[in-house]
Amino acid sequence: MDPSADLTSHAPAAHDPHHHDEHGHDHHELGWWRKYVFSTDHKVIGIQYLITGLIFLFLGFTLMMLMRWQLAYPGKALPVLGPMLNVLFGRGSMPEGIMAPDFYNSLGAMHGTIMIFLGVVPVAFAAFGNYVVPLQIGAPDMTFPKINMASYWAFFVGGIIMLISFFVPGGAAKSGWTAYTPLSVIADSGPGHHIIMNGQTLWLIGFVFLITSSLLGAVNFITTIIQLRAKGLTWMRLPFFVWAQFITAFLLLLAFPPLEAAAVMQLMDRLAATSFFMPTGLVVSGAALNISGGGSPILWQHLFWFLGHPEVYVLILPAMGIVAEILANNTRKPLWGYKSLVFAALVLGFLSFIVWAHHMWLTGMGTVVSAFFQTTTLIISIPSVIILSAFFISLWGGSIRFNTPMLFATAFLPMFGIGGLTGIPLAFNAADIYLHDTYYVIAHFHYIVAPGTIFALFAGVYFWFPKATGRMMSEFWGKVHFWPSLICMNVIFLPMFLQGMLSIHRRWYDGGQGWALSNEKVWGLSGFEWNVPISIAAWVMGLAQIPFIINFFWSIKYGKKVNDNPWEATTLEWAAPSPPPHGNFAVVPTAHRGPYEYSLPGRERDFTMQNEPIRDSDRRAYEAAAAAHD
Amino acid sequence: MNESNSPAASESVVQAHPEHDDHHDVSKHIKKYLMVGGLLMIFTIITVALSYFDFGSHKANIAVGMLVATFKAGLVAAIFMHLSAERHLVYQILIFTTFFVLVLFWLTYLAWYDPVVR
Amino acid sequence: MEIPYTTTARPDTGLWNAKIGIWLFLASEVMLFGGLFSAYIFLRLDAAPGHWPRGLLNVPVGTMNTAILIASSVTVVLAWAALKMRQFSKYKFYMGITILCGIVFLVVKLAYEWPIKFHHFGAKITPAALEKYEPYLGNAHLREGGYEPRVEISGHLENPEALHDESIREYHIKLDAANAEPLNPDNDRPRFWPAPMSDKIAHVSKDDVQLASMYVPKHSTFFATYFTITGLHGLHVLGGVIVFIYLWLPVSARLYKRNPEQLANRVEVAGLFWHFVDLVWIFVFPLFYLL
Ligand code: HEM
Ligand SMILES: [Cu+2]
Repeated sequence: MDPSADLTSHAPAAHDPHHHDEHGHDHHELGWWRKYVFSTDHKVIGIQYLITGLIFLFLGFTLMMLMRWQLAYPGKALPVLGPMLNVLFGRGSMPEGIMAPDFYNSLGAMHGTIMIFLGVVPVAFAAFGNYVVPLQIGAPDMTFPKINMASYWAFFVGGIIMLISFFVPGGAAKSGWTAYTPLSVIADSGPGHHIIMNGQTLWLIGFVFLITSSLLGAVNFITTIIQLRAKGLTWMRLPFFVWAQFITAFLLLLAFPPLEAAAVMQLMDRLAATSFFMPTGLVVSGAALNISGGGSPILWQHLFWFLGHPEVYVLILPAMGIVAEILANNTRKPLWGYKSLVFAALVLGFLSFIVWAHHMWLTGMGTVVSAFFQTTTLIISIPSVIILSAFFISLWGGSIRFNTPMLFATAFLPMFGIGGLTGIPLAFNAADIYLHDTYYVIAHFHYIVAPGTIFALFAGVYFWFPKATGRMMSEFWGKVHFWPSLICMNVIFLPMFLQGMLSIHRRWYDGGQGWALSNEKVWGLSGFEWNVPISIAAWVMGLAQIPFIINFFWSIKYGKKVNDNPWEATTLEWAAPSPPPHGNFAVVPTAHRGPYEYSLPGRERDFTMQNEPIRDSDRRAYEAAAAAHD
Repeated sequence: MNESNSPAASESVVQAHPEHDDHHDVSKHIKKYLMVGGLLMIFTIITVALSYFDFGSHKANIAVGMLVATFKAGLVAAIFMHLSAERHLVYQILIFTTFFVLVLFWLTYLAWYDPVVR
Repeated sequence: MEIPYTTTARPDTGLWNAKIGIWLFLASEVMLFGGLFSAYIFLRLDAAPGHWPRGLLNVPVGTMNTAILIASSVTVVLAWAALKMRQFSKYKFYMGITILCGIVFLVVKLAYEWPIKFHHFGAKITPAALEKYEPYLGNAHLREGGYEPRVEISGHLENPEALHDESIREYHIKLDAANAEPLNPDNDRPRFWPAPMSDKIAHVSKDDVQLASMYVPKHSTFFATYFTITGLHGLHVLGGVIVFIYLWLPVSARLYKRNPEQLANRVEVAGLFWHFVDLVWIFVFPLFYLL
């Protein structure tokens, strides 16, 4: 029997008399288009974001798999696929299967852009946020459903523009995901280039759409969390995931607009020949540019990293939120140090606005400025460590269930740890002079976003899948997905630290071929030769995603049917039916307790849902716990 | 356990003072709106006039101009946008925003000060 | 399904949804214009002497436009107050004026201020040739007075073909007052009433010109920021006007009959946006026109 059946608030049946409220007729007449495509339901939008985002993640990864060929075997023709790609992307992108330098640059820039802005942010923030947050706070939907829909479609248009840019003459943007000026302003401009239909201009236009989408989403999320929390759901009773999304939304809201302004200015530089980011006296290919000059490339870097650094916390905070939910659920214990987690996340969000120039040590900032940013950067690692420590301690003494979501969530911890700790040498500008723009930096942040955030996203998909579909994903195939992914991730990124310390530059087209001649070998391979195992691991990693894709679609139809709360979890989303109907809860839930009351003494079950009323035995348990604390 | 379990912590209801803008109130405010509008006009003229007055250095002129503009903006925000009597929450949002926008301005100064660019 | 707190306030926050939504949106707008203004500060501080021109914009027209925006801010708040007092025809009246003000502002900007700049020409002189054009620049005189140097000869371009035709080696410029009488102390500082153009024509050799440009964004970082910021501001005005027109059309009457409070709330939210647009202009005006 479903143990939580008595507490599950089911949607009313169609004949329910209370159903004929003012707007009740709306959703009976919705056609297929309004229901599944131009939907305003947060759950449909969440799933739209998830599917689109996952597709983009895979696409971004494919670009990288291509680059890995060139890095491992520079100048060699890519068999079979190479000539085909040359036809697809045209214009000598891969003449005779050999990757052209410009195409390599496009792949690099678009990998970064797609992964971050079209993959991780849409999935981590928009998809999970949309699907889970309203359910976790016991709300019927987001506060502004139409704006929510607009947000998705702005994202969609931005994504399409980015995709189109691959097929315009000259190919997609090729100045890195950071689009540093003046390079990015000069690229693909001038005679022989269409003024709009060129890689960098489309990149900027697409970017403006993506930023707009995030802003609309952020406004909606914050308002929803403030206004639509169920009765009794006080701030300190919010699941940590909701907190993480709340803070993330603020980061997007306040950090993105300056970059939107910067993107508009870069557009002006390209379209109207202004000089916002163009210094005086710039000479390109031997000729002085016909511009006024007087602008500054450094201004772009400041505005970019003013977003850029908060953005990295946009990538990691939702992931932490997902991991927190899954850890608590599968250790069957309250999350350790909930309050310090919340506080640390708030501090993290705040500090992330004042560390950005640690990406700019080599621009020659004054020592005072550098010292300031070095200090704030070191301080920001404290809350990160608090969060990670709280997660580790949460594992302590738990009777852990190692199901697929938990495997991914547990793997997140050491992976994030490695990524975070290797950031600290970068925070010291003296050390960073050597490490900047090498593969060390690539390894640092990929440890955080790839085996870190992406693993958390997988964990989230496995975890909330039964809520969205009423069915489980296969555990067996989940494990087949997990273990090779974990191994490949480490084979890919661990050697990059070595390569970086051997000072192989992160943007070299030939993979640092010169290092093949070096006598300096690490475990028998030179810095250059390490590219081969890395690349092989990357391709195997690609294959390892196939079980996931099949599992995902197969389980939608044929997965094991489960009740509304298969993980025996405590938060409110599990009190709604699976999948929740339009409007989510028929009876608006009331929260009576904190989010993680697992193994509460005096209870017959080892989990107590947030909407279960307080009993005498609970009171005694709280008192005993409080006494033990004193 | 943490204190969020105690009944006292549930839904801290802020004393919901009655809507400040109920019908009679509003009619009283109209005069204020007109006056502030007039004030803004006058200060616009003052801004223009002051800009032709020599305060000794161009920097001083800029400072004075910005001061007057800030005052005008303050009037718009406080009266027209009702910020003089708004809820807590709005203040909280704006305090953070102001802080971060100042940080942003400060960065431009830092960057300008940058010895390499200079 | 009904979303709570769309018109009534949630007790613990004291606010309805859209009110929070608009303030969050405005917070992001503050950051957007913050980014633009920080670029303004940066570029201005960074400009070489003489390369941040002053006095190029028409102050009386700018003052008038400022007054129009302020007036519209007053009328929009009156329109909201009328709704609160349930005086619908008054609401329509004030809202109508607001819309008119917004349109006049845009027309002045797009049909007068911008085009007049697009038809004005300036040639920045290379440092080496400054001495040669001293009769038009009067830099010795300016140095004495402690003013920034003039580096540009501007006015009406009499031979516009020169812009494209490489074989024409000179620009013929019908001079602005400042270049016609560079020693006249009235020209040392910007004036309130724009000085009329002179009849003098100067011939400026292309070899001596660093950058020749109409007064378009490309001309200088000054015009780049001016057109970008006023353009973006103009888009905001346009957005506001469109929303107001929607709130003024017959749909508003229907909403008023059904739920007057909701209409008032909508007007309040749109009004908050409008005041913000006004507020931005209050800074734009002195920063570009006056200082
Ligand atoms: C825990 C403390 C952290 C510290 C001290 C730190 C420090 C740094 C520093 C100094 C750099 C600049 C390196 C250079 O370009 O030379 C950097 C780059 C980077 N970090 Fe971190 N980081 C931390 C955490 C994170 C987190 C949580 C993320 C999130 C996903 C992240 C993502 C990135 C990214 C994406 C870059 C490279 C950007 C680029 O140049 O393309 N970092 N980090
Ligand atoms: Cu950073």
